[in-house]
Amino acid sequence: MSDIHALSGAYALDALDDAERIQFEQHLATCHDCRAEVRSFTETAALIAATEAETPPPSLRDSVLSGISSIRPLPPETPSPDAPADPAAEVAPVTPLWRRTGPLLVAASVALILVGLGIFGFTSLRNDGSTTTNLADQVLHASDAMKVTEPLAGGGQLTIVRSESLGRAVMLGQDVPAPAAGKTYQLWLQQPGEGMVSAGLMPDASTPTVLTGDAATATAAAVSVEPAAGSARPTSDPVALFPLQATAENGAT
Amino acid sequence: MTHLRSVPSDPPPDRGGSVGAHLADLLKRAGRGDEAAFAEWYDATSARAFGLAVRVLRDRAQAEEVTQEAYLDCWRHSARFDPAKGSALSWLLTIVHRKAVDRVRSAEAAGRRDEAYSQREQTVDHDSTAEAATASLEASRVRTALADLTVKQREAVELAFLGGYTHTEVARMLDLPIGTAKTRIRDGLIRLRDALSVGEVAEA
Repeated sequence: MSDIHALSGAYALDALDDAERIQFEQHLATCHDCRAEVRSFTETAALIAATEAETPPPSLRDSVLSGISSIRPLPPETPSPDAPADPAAEVAPVTPLWRRTGPLLVAASVALILVGLGIFGFTSLRNDGSTTTNLADQVLHASDAMKVTEPLAGGGQLTIVRSESLGRAVMLGQDVPAPAAGKTYQLWLQQPGEGMVSAGLMPDASTPTVLTGDAATATAAAVSVEPAAGSARPTSDPVALFPLQATAENGAT
Repeated sequence: MTHLRSVPSDPPPDRGGSVGAHLADLLKRAGRGDEAAFAEWYDATSARAFGLAVRVLRDRAQAEEVTQEAYLDCWRHSARFDPAKGSALSWLLTIVHRKAVDRVRSAEAAGRRDEAYSQREQTVDHDSTAEAATASLEASRVRTALADLTVKQREAVELAFLGGYTHTEVARMLDLPIGTAKTRIRDGLIRLRDALSVGEVAEA
C-alpha cells in the first residue's frame, strides 16, 4: 500500500487489473497529487495516440453521424435549482471511486443532482415515453429485460433488472437488512468517462426502485450504504456491484 | 512567445491552446444538439481515435465498432464534458482506449487473443486529411520524445498503452520483477510528459 502512488501511470493507461483499479481509485479520491498526475498522464497518452493515427473508412463517419441523429444528448449535470444544499455532497473528495472514472473526471462535478430529486427527477431524460409513472413495471416486463442477482455479505440479495430499449434499470432486494439508523442504500450507475454517478436512493430495498440515469450507457451498477441524505460520490465500499455491458448505440434503433 | 522556430521540432504545447479550445467548443455545441459541430469534431479527431483502436485491437472491423461506440457515447455525454478537467481529445481517447482494452481483455478471457506482442512498428496509412497533418506533426514530436526514454521505459509504456496489457503482463513480457513495470511506466510517462510540455490540468 505504501507504494500505491506508483500505480498512477498504469492507471492512466488502463493497465491495472480490476482489483488494483478499485484500490487505486479509492486512493485517488483522497490524493490530490495523484489526481493531478493521472490527468497529466492522460493528456500525455492522448499525444502518444497521434503516432498511430489512421483515417477510418468513410462508412464509419456515415454510421456515426446517422447514429447521433437518433440519440438525444444528455443534459449537463448541474444542481437542480430546487435541490437543497447538501452538506454530505460537499465532502465528495473523501469518497472512493470504485471503478474507472475517467481520470479527467475524478474530481466530483457530479453535482448534487441526487439531492432532492426523487426517482422520477430524471424521467424526462429520454424521449422514449418513459414518463409513465409505473416505470418500474415497464422495465421488469420489458421484452429485453436482463436480470443479475448478487448475494450480500450481510445476508439477503439484490437483483438488478435492466432494459436496454428503455434505457432503465430497476433494483430490487430480497431479505436485505435495513441500513443502520441515519443511513440509506444509494444506487449508482457507472457511466463511461464519468465514473459512478448517483442513480438515486433506495430507502426500502423490498420495493423495486428505478435507477435514475441512462442504464443503457452504464457499464456497471452498484449499491452502497450512505448517509440518509445521500452522497455525491460513494463514501463506502459497495455492498453489491453489477457489471453491465454498455450499449452506446441504444436509442438508435 | 512565438519565436521563429521550425514548428515540428518544438511547437508550443497545444493543450488548452487554440486547437484544444476549438475542439472543446465543438463538443459544447454538440451538447446542444449541433450535429454539424459534432461532425467537425469527428473529422478533427477520428484518425487518432480509430488508429488507437486499431492498434490495441489489431482488428479493423472491431476497431470500427469500438470507435463508433465511443463517438456515440461522446455525443450522448457531450454536454457533460468539462474542459477544466482535461482536453476534449483526451476525453475521447480515454473512452476509446477503455473500450478497446475491455474488448481485448474479455476476448482474452474467452481464449481468443491471437498472439503475443509482435507488432513493433506499424506504418500509418498515408492520407491527406487535416487531422492527419496535425497528427503527423504531433507524432514526430512524440516519437522524438519516445526515443529519449530508456528502452525499458518505452517498451513498458507502449505495451501498456498501445498493447493494452496490464502492468503485470508487461512485467512478464519484459522479464521484469512484478513491481517494476508499473514504475517503468510511470517514470516513462513523467519523462514523456515533461518532454512534451504537457501542463498540469487544473483541478476543478
